[in-house]
Amino acid sequence: MGLSLEVAGITKSYNGQSVLRGCSWLFHPGRTYALEGPNGSGKSTFLRLAALLEPPDAGSVIYAENGVALPHDLHLRRRITLLLPKIGVFNTTVFNNVAYGLKIRGRRSQEIEARVQDVLATVGLDHKSRQNALDLSSGETKRLGLARALVIEPEVFWLDEPTANLDPQNTEIIEQIILKMKVGGKSTIIVVTHDPAQAQRLGDHLLVMENGQIVPR
Amino acid sequence: MPAACHSLHLMDSIIQGFLGAFRLIIALDPELRRIILLSLQVSGTALVVATCLGLPVGALLAQRRVPLRGPILSLLSTGMGLPPVVVGLFFYLLLSRSGPFGILELLYTPTAMIIVQTVLAFPIVASLSHAAIAKVDPVIRQAAFTLGATPLQEVLTVVREARYGIMAGVMAGLGRVMAEVGAILIVGGNIAGYTRVITTTIVLQTSMGEFELAIALGIVLLLIALGINLGLRFFQRAGGVRSGVILWD
Repeated sequence: MGLSLEVAGITKSYNGQSVLRGCSWLFHPGRTYALEGPNGSGKSTFLRLAALLEPPDAGSVIYAENGVALPHDLHLRRRITLLLPKIGVFNTTVFNNVAYGLKIRGRRSQEIEARVQDVLATVGLDHKSRQNALDLSSGETKRLGLARALVIEPEVFWLDEPTANLDPQNTEIIEQIILKMKVGGKSTIIVVTHDPAQAQRLGDHLLVMENGQIVPR
Repeated sequence: MPAACHSLHLMDSIIQGFLGAFRLIIALDPELRRIILLSLQVSGTALVVATCLGLPVGALLAQRRVPLRGPILSLLSTGMGLPPVVVGLFFYLLLSRSGPFGILELLYTPTAMIIVQTVLAFPIVASLSHAAIAKVDPVIRQAAFTLGATPLQEVLTVVREARYGIMAGVMAGLGRVMAEVGAILIVGGNIAGYTRVITTTIVLQTSMGEFELAIALGIVLLLIALGINLGLRFFQRAGGVRSGVILWD
């Protein structure tokens, strides 16, 4: 059935300044959402709260399966992931970066080898598998971040500005990977972008962040 | 004329000392070997203990909100420059027969030497580990979290990112204890075949005017120092560490 997510009336303020004002939405399993809005509208804050990176001041973030709300524990966290604008490259090879999520889950080395190679081929980095990840270009680094997330097969996948500051070629590559994920339909994908055209290209459901609240476009 | 004679005699002693020293090194003299091995054993053990204690302390201070964190860090920084003779004196008083730990009968044993060297290396390893771990970009920890790491795995990921800086700290600690003489002389007693190490032997032989063994050990110590510095430079370069560290006291 997959994970559904209900965000109910969440609020968040930083230094007394209200960023989210009673944000609510129901995200259904296996669907793709595009959340757009201008810079500073609170999109990234919403994503951090919804992806359990930090708690809201008020309101609730409820992940549920078959109608049953799940506790915010490690087990749930391992079913969701997010790709942030700055991915945080580990100072090791491209292969080890991608294998990280599987290694910390205690997967067997044969499985890790096979899955990492498969995902690296998907993002077009298989030829750089043994290279230090810090030496990658910005476009390749973004694809590395995508590969690190893809390899753990998240059921809910949040992407925050996945093509920010990228050239058109890398933007297209990344969009194609996201579109391929959509076809599989296994994951709920939520793409946060400030580009309305990109939201249109990627999302089945278009949402806008306005005055600290989510509204349909 | 007497001054000139004295100079010639000294030059002759130095030349003879160097020739004798090379003979000892080439022949792998048993006494030379024993002293070097004991030095490495004492300093190596002290370094392992200091690392096992210092690394978690450094990691904790860098990653958790610890009460009195500022004063603890100041204390560690001060500890990096601890005068070895003062540490030696303090532990002599603790371990001497009439001291609070006299019953353990550790004075004039390699264990006492390991304890004082651990105390000298610990602040260096803890302080430099803290600096290296604190420098790791917070997004690394965030990345580990988003990929499903447990809190312990997050900490280990950050520590692994700081590995070159940590190794530089460990090498600096090794440099400090290998070159140290005051503290181990006081608590070790420089007993031949038991607590006599490179630095204490150099002091003793020089005071007796017997330079062969002293020079041979001096050359070995310099080679060890060179090795430590090369290791330190490697780790500093590999980790992009630019700041200098105290290597020798």
